[in-house]
Amino acid sequence: MHDFAEAFRLAFALAASGDADLIEIIALSLQVSLTALLASSVIGFGLGTLVAVARFPGRGAAIVAFNTLMGLPPVVVGLLVYLMLSRAGPLGVFGLLYTPAAMIIAQTILITPIIAALSRQIVEDLFLEYDELFRSMSVPTHQAMAAVLWDARFSLVTVALAGFGRAIAEVGAVMIVGGNIDHLTRVMTTAIALETSKGDLALALALGIVLLVISMTVNAMALSLRTTAARQAYA
Amino acid sequence: MRELALRVDEIVSSDADAADRQTLPLLPLKVCGLTFRAGGRTLIDNLDLALGMHGITMMLGPNGAGKSLLLRLLHGLIAPSSGEISWNGVPLGHSVQERQALVFQKPVLLRRSVGENLDFALRLMGQSSQQRRDELLNRVGLLRLARQPARLLSGGEQQRLALARALAADPQVLLLDEPTASLDPASVQMIEGIVQDASRQGMRIVFVTHDIGQARRLADDVVFMHRGRVAEHAPSKDFFQSPASEAARDFLAGRIVL
Ligand SMILES: Nc1ncnc2c1ncn2[C@@H]1O[C@H](COP(=O)(O)OP(=O)(O)O)[C@@H](O)[C@H]1O
Ligand SMILES: [Mg+2]
Repeated sequence: MHDFAEAFRLAFALAASGDADLIEIIALSLQVSLTALLASSVIGFGLGTLVAVARFPGRGAAIVAFNTLMGLPPVVVGLLVYLMLSRAGPLGVFGLLYTPAAMIIAQTILITPIIAALSRQIVEDLFLEYDELFRSMSVPTHQAMAAVLWDARFSLVTVALAGFGRAIAEVGAVMIVGGNIDHLTRVMTTAIALETSKGDLALALALGIVLLVISMTVNAMALSLRTTAARQAYA
Repeated sequence: MRELALRVDEIVSSDADAADRQTLPLLPLKVCGLTFRAGGRTLIDNLDLALGMHGITMMLGPNGAGKSLLLRLLHGLIAPSSGEISWNGVPLGHSVQERQALVFQKPVLLRRSVGENLDFALRLMGQSSQQRRDELLNRVGLLRLARQPARLLSGGEQQRLALARALAADPQVLLLDEPTASLDPASVQMIEGIVQDASRQGMRIVFVTHDIGQARRLADDVVFMHRGRVAEHAPSKDFFQSPASEAARDFLAGRIVL
């Protein structure tokens, strides 16, 4: 019990002190997950929008695939990316295993289906709602698309936030492809796992607190977006 | 020389488009043997109709008669199973749609402010101006609500906005699908007044309603629909004084439902 309280005290002191190692780990976490978010936003919103509005054979299968892949376990993604990037794997020549790039790739694969599936639903619903009106008004396709994406912007940003939340909090994928190497691929979640197993609860807790704060911030942003959207009846 | 003239035509065609909207008349309308089937039912059944150049045509009929379907078919939003629709020889599609505007029974408004909903329509026409926008908003009594989110408006206000948006397109033909069903009396009166004004300024009106009083107030001619057919088409006076079809007599006497 004494240990427990002491760990908390140390954790807050550490978090407040701006410890260099701590900052480095947090910075790398943010860098990896934000880059992954950027990549999966480009791919996910693109795919989601395409499947939402285009009619092609295999469209139903694509939707089922997105929805299924939304629930991919991070360790499975980590394993697949590991196989791809390992020396014997098809992408082994690039030597990316145990680098931040590998972690970015893994998280991108992890959250792209989430962004694609959720944005597909949002864009398709709004597109259907506007469809007869836009046809009646002879709105050119590119203008119709732009109008739908613009009017769905609050919901789409919420989707991106959900993707980021999942990326920053996952441990399985980055552990396998990053390896939790000090000063190179150590991010918050892998550091928490390692420090806990080593018994250094203070650092683990400090990182846990930071992770919680980030996660709460993301949720608060999503909530405020939703209320803004509702207030303006955009939702 | 003729080739040259053609090419000049093409070059100025973007300006000409706007003029075409006015100059290539969509009327008269001729509908021949129009049939629309869905779900194993014949919903529009071998329907014939001819509409002249001017005035307000009220399409009257009980619920389920096929009025909304006919309006969608005439506007080219759905394709007939068979039969012909000829808007003065202009093929159905964009060229018809962009000379018409349709006000839906349930207004579809963008998730934007009232003013931005109008801006969208005006920009499509290549003539967005604050002045035109305010003029239209004023006409439907929504000027002071310009910044409100459109979807927070009351039913009557939403339908008035939809009407303003339709007028923004400056259509030759204005199609309205029960635009005043379940609205407050003030909105009904305002919408009827605007439609009559537009008609006086030369806009061709096709107005669907199941409200006998409204048909009587507005109609130059009445198309009475029953079971997917035109049971009767007559000048307003004739229709209300001496309806020729039994279905219309029953409907006017309040004896018809589906
Ligand atoms: N897409 C459709 N598929 C099947 N039935 C339809 C469809 N659209 C309309 N109907 C049916 O056609 C009939 C006429 O509909 P409608 O034109 O909406 O009638 P109204 O005269 O009340 O506007 C109704 O019985 C309706 O249920
Ligand atoms: Mg109807």
